[in-house]
Amino acid sequence: MNKNKEKLLAKRYSSEKRFQFLGKSAIFMALLFLAIFIFKIFSTGYTAFQKTWLIVPVNFDAETMYLDANPSKEDLEEADYFEISLQSMFNLDKNANEKQQNELKKMVSYFFEREIKQELINDPSLLGKTKDVYITASDDLDQVFKGNYPRDLPENQRRVTDYQLKIFDQLVEQGKVESKFNLSFFTYPDSREAELAGIASSFMGSIFSILVCLAIAFPVAVLAAIYLEEFAPKNRFTDFIEVNINNLAAVPSIVFGLLGLGILLAVFQLPRSTPLVGGITLSLMTLPTIIIACRASLKAVPPSIREAALAMGASRMQTTMHHTVPLSMPGTLSGTIIGLAQALGETAPLILIGMVAFVNTIPGSPMDPAASLPVQIYIWAESAERGFVEKVSACIMVLLGFLIVMNLFAQIIRHKFEKKWS
Amino acid sequence: MRKNGVNMIKISAKNVDVFYGKKQALFNINLDIEENQVTALIGPSGCGKSTFLRCLNRMNDVIDICKVQGEIVINDFNINDKGCDVVRLREKIGMVFQKPNPFPKTLYENISYGPTIHGMAQSKQEMDEIVETSLKKAALWEEVKDRLHEPGTGLSGGQQQRLCIARAISVQPEVILMDEPCSALDPIATAQIEELIDELKKEHTIIIVTHSMAQAARVSQRTGFFHLGELIEHGSTDKIFKNPDNTKTQDYITGRFG
Ligand SMILES: Nc1ncnc2c1ncn2[C@@H]1O[C@H](COP(=O)(O)OP(=O)(O)O)[C@@H](O)[C@H]1O
Ligand SMILES: [Mg+2]
Repeated sequence: MNKNKEKLLAKRYSSEKRFQFLGKSAIFMALLFLAIFIFKIFSTGYTAFQKTWLIVPVNFDAETMYLDANPSKEDLEEADYFEISLQSMFNLDKNANEKQQNELKKMVSYFFEREIKQELINDPSLLGKTKDVYITASDDLDQVFKGNYPRDLPENQRRVTDYQLKIFDQLVEQGKVESKFNLSFFTYPDSREAELAGIASSFMGSIFSILVCLAIAFPVAVLAAIYLEEFAPKNRFTDFIEVNINNLAAVPSIVFGLLGLGILLAVFQLPRSTPLVGGITLSLMTLPTIIIACRASLKAVPPSIREAALAMGASRMQTTMHHTVPLSMPGTLSGTIIGLAQALGETAPLILIGMVAFVNTIPGSPMDPAASLPVQIYIWAESAERGFVEKVSACIMVLLGFLIVMNLFAQIIRHKFEKKWS
Repeated sequence: MRKNGVNMIKISAKNVDVFYGKKQALFNINLDIEENQVTALIGPSGCGKSTFLRCLNRMNDVIDICKVQGEIVINDFNINDKGCDVVRLREKIGMVFQKPNPFPKTLYENISYGPTIHGMAQSKQEMDEIVETSLKKAALWEEVKDRLHEPGTGLSGGQQQRLCIARAISVQPEVILMDEPCSALDPIATAQIEELIDELKKEHTIIIVTHSMAQAARVSQRTGFFHLGELIEHGSTDKIFKNPDNTKTQDYITGRFG
């Protein structure tokens, strides 16, 4: 009898130990995968926040630009910078032949002419003088400088030629290559050239989509939740609606994309690829999330508060608007932010309504074509150029940062403003 | 308030039946409540005291399955009539609940809520006066006058209940219904509330549900004894406690059940 009891005890202890071990290893695995993921993203992405510049002496020769000695502002705007830009690149190697000159030109971004122009416009006194100008390196040389480029490959398998590498290495030795913070990653729209591609258009696209989504989903969802929770009679029909709202929350997002495509674009003829359509589509997705969050926090308001207000002679409407709804707002708002964060990460429905188009302008309103951050990740991940690899990771970092900030905000609202009912 | 030596009848319940769905909770209740008196409703738990109390300000309307039949006449007006406006009714019949339930707002807002929605104050000064007199009548003014703009939920249980009483009297109701107002309170807070009830009956008619017979004996002039949904006996508190007609009342009073 006693022996039997001891056996049982030992068995109980060992099974508890086994369970704890399994639980701990599960958590360890989850954290490990997360750590690997974050490490991978950061290690490939952090270089995207730096950009490589070549420092090239430029001779702002008035004659070559067809300018007189005292040009007006308009003259400077309209002058011909192509020739001096080209000459400054050719001057890197005075003995270059025609083929090599062409390769020299390709060492910098095709934007270089504009960068040189900007330099003179900022400081017109440079006219007639020679000055070192920072020029964006081509995306391949950018990768070479960051050490991401396979220089050992045979020349015919590389986009960077041996000649370009030779000149580049000389420049590096002379200290004429510099790496600086890549502001243009945040201020430029998308581009076919990796060194000029930025997230400005997709970031603004995401912001506009989220705002449209919020403007539509929040009032509709809150009104629906208040009506269902506080006013609607409890019968079969309202049960049916409740079940279907929960079902709606489980519908795959791509289905909403099809809805947007078939109704918003085809029937209502709204402009394609715009945050307006994207936001409306996302609002369909966010709607059930907010309704459920709002109803849950209305339910959490103790009935004694409603009774107190009703007994004071408040009408049902006054009770709801003066007491129940304000008390439910923290929960509703944090639910809304979580719903918006989900919408922010959505890709499939936006691709369907055309927000995947190449957009090289920054949208100024929800009616302008735009991409969104997750779609931008998708677009760049599809590109062949090496320069886009780090941009994908960098864009993921921005998106994750955005999501973390939103979730943090939701947490803060929840903890700070939610009343604790004993 | 006296007419030929008899107190005026403030509320008169006639043949009141209450159903929760199919289940009948009150059977043919006939009870007259006298003006400016404290009427105690006693009886074992689940016998329908709260249900009857909630009939008097139509709070049972809130419960979907609850049906009230019969007449409840207040000021010569049957409140179960279709034409009765519950907002106006509840302005005249205030209520204090078992568990203190102040609004999670400031003390000031708790008191000013009723007068605001019923448009009783024309100016800030008038509102300040209403808040002050209500709190004074509820014997709470001295304790809270320096923190009117702090949350009402920060008070002790007894203070919260007096705040709820102050809130109820802020709209100058004719009748105050109290559903076991002291059951969540300690003996000292209970004594304060009982003292207060005695004071309030000068201006208001009070109906109090209580599970404590000692309390009923202390505060009330009239008592009604409920059992299993029926009003077994009612009359002056003295008579009910010293010389009840019904044996069930006798058994309950002497603590043989309940
Ligand atoms: N909301 C409700 N729904 C259904 N039945 C109820 C409800 N409230 C009370 N009852 C029933 O009505 C009867 C009387 O309850 P109540 O008036 O609360 O009793 P008391 O206040 O005397 O303890 C009880 O049998 C109780 O189960
Ligand atoms: Mg009760």
